[in-house]
Amino acid sequence: MLGIYKQEAYERHLRFQRDADPTWGRKITALPGCEGILTCMQCGTCSAACPLSVYMDYTPRRIIATVREGFREDVLRSQTIWLCASCYACRVRCPREINITDVMYALKREAIRNRMYPPHFPIPILARAFFDMVKRRGRSTEFWLVLRMALRSNPLILLGMAKTGWHLWRTGRLSLGYEKIRGVGELQKALASPREEV
Amino acid sequence: MANSTSGQEKKSYLYFPGCTMQATGIAYGESVRTLFRLLGLQVEELEDWNCCGATSYMSIDERAAFVLSARNLSLARQAGPRDLVVPCTACFLMLRKTQEYVRQYPSIRQEVEGALKQAGIPPMGPVRVRHPLDVLYSDVGVEQIRAKATRRWHGGRLACYYGCQALRPYAEADQAYNPMRMDELLQAVGVTTVDFPLKTKCCGGSLTGTIHPVGVRLNYIILKEVARRGAQAVATMCSLCQFNLDAYQSEMREEAHEVFDVPILYFTQILGWALGGDFRSLGLHRGIAGRNLIGQWFTTPKEVEAYV
Ligand code: SF4
Ligand code: SF4
Repeated sequence: MLGIYKQEAYERHLRFQRDADPTWGRKITALPGCEGILTCMQCGTCSAACPLSVYMDYTPRRIIATVREGFREDVLRSQTIWLCASCYACRVRCPREINITDVMYALKREAIRNRMYPPHFPIPILARAFFDMVKRRGRSTEFWLVLRMALRSNPLILLGMAKTGWHLWRTGRLSLGYEKIRGVGELQKALASPREEV
Repeated sequence: MANSTSGQEKKSYLYFPGCTMQATGIAYGESVRTLFRLLGLQVEELEDWNCCGATSYMSIDERAAFVLSARNLSLARQAGPRDLVVPCTACFLMLRKTQEYVRQYPSIRQEVEGALKQAGIPPMGPVRVRHPLDVLYSDVGVEQIRAKATRRWHGGRLACYYGCQALRPYAEADQAYNPMRMDELLQAVGVTTVDFPLKTKCCGGSLTGTIHPVGVRLNYIILKEVARRGAQAVATMCSLCQFNLDAYQSEMREEAHEVFDVPILYFTQILGWALGGDFRSLGLHRGIAGRNLIGQWFTTPKEVEAYV
């Protein structure tokens, strides 16, 4: 799945300032939770604390710098934003108390909005399936979510999951329930209420 | 059973199970309820709660994520001035984060309050959202757990694994860097806990389902350290941590050619057992890995027969 980025990684071109869009950087910096970006001193503590940085193409430190400069494409096409597990390890260690996790969330949202991810990439598919399910019923069921994600990304992964599924079934941990809350109407109304443009 | 004759009035809590307590995390919910009952604490499930949206809602629409939790906070306020106990760490963090962001950012407050109003949902109030670890440590206390224990632990050494979102960023269930509350509570019932430096390292959350090899690798690292530290089992406090560590051990066995068969327990199961709870009502039959050890540690000979 991640291999899709490989070629790009090898042919990485030099960045020129004209590729940057500082307005975009400022827009991200203005979002709630992302204010701290400008105060980053590039110490790298976040990257050191991050359990996933070894798998990332851009470390969290570099993401912050690249967002600040406004290199939108590079940031939104990085693997990093998808690998981030929202564990907040970076956030509690950052000496400038920058909310790196929220920056990652903001970037994920923008990438998903603009469909900037490889086709059949499971994370946005899962997020979307989750979003729709909760909107329709007010609750989520892991089984149906995983099934939907697999069918839309790569049905073959179901083979690998079959064993886990069997274990869960055997121990009574696989719920096929399809619950719906009573207040689903009011919930939908609240979710659909008009908003200010971000 | 539980003799709550300590003179104080029965404390009552609201309970927010969250979606996983009906599926993969069912044993967590069962053991929390059983343990609270044994301690003489009342828990009442929040009526008609909705899903917290977890990390998925945050990745798609931040405001929608806050609105989901806002409805739950509104329901909690209507249900009376009681603390809301939230065992699932994703739910816990989403509720807490919503409270914090609504407080910090007037623009978010306006949007969220507007959305509730539009839908005819009463406004949210100042509800105290709490993790069971905090309730057990601060409200009940190590001493009371020690005093009420009727069984002494005869199992192996445990590594306490706290995970991420209950401690970070808000450090309310315990402190963020070197949490010790779970260790202390378990020690009170006779458990030996090992020094475990990876106790707050992330399990990868849903990565095991999405970018599978990376997710499994993170869990492999944690289990490897558990073994290196001489622990025979892990105590957890999050349904996703428990699932990730529990469900992929057979896969690690195949890939790393290493034998892992480590019971992954909830700390509430161990405490519940020490206070006299029985095997099934604590969901101890629901473990995937290390079933032999679980059988040995938590059963009387008679129960073993029924279990095996
Ligand atoms: S830890 Fe904070 S200040 Fe240091 S590089 Fe990371 S974001 Fe910047
Ligand atoms: S929140 Fe994301 S970026 Fe920060 S430490 Fe965790 S995985 Fe790394």
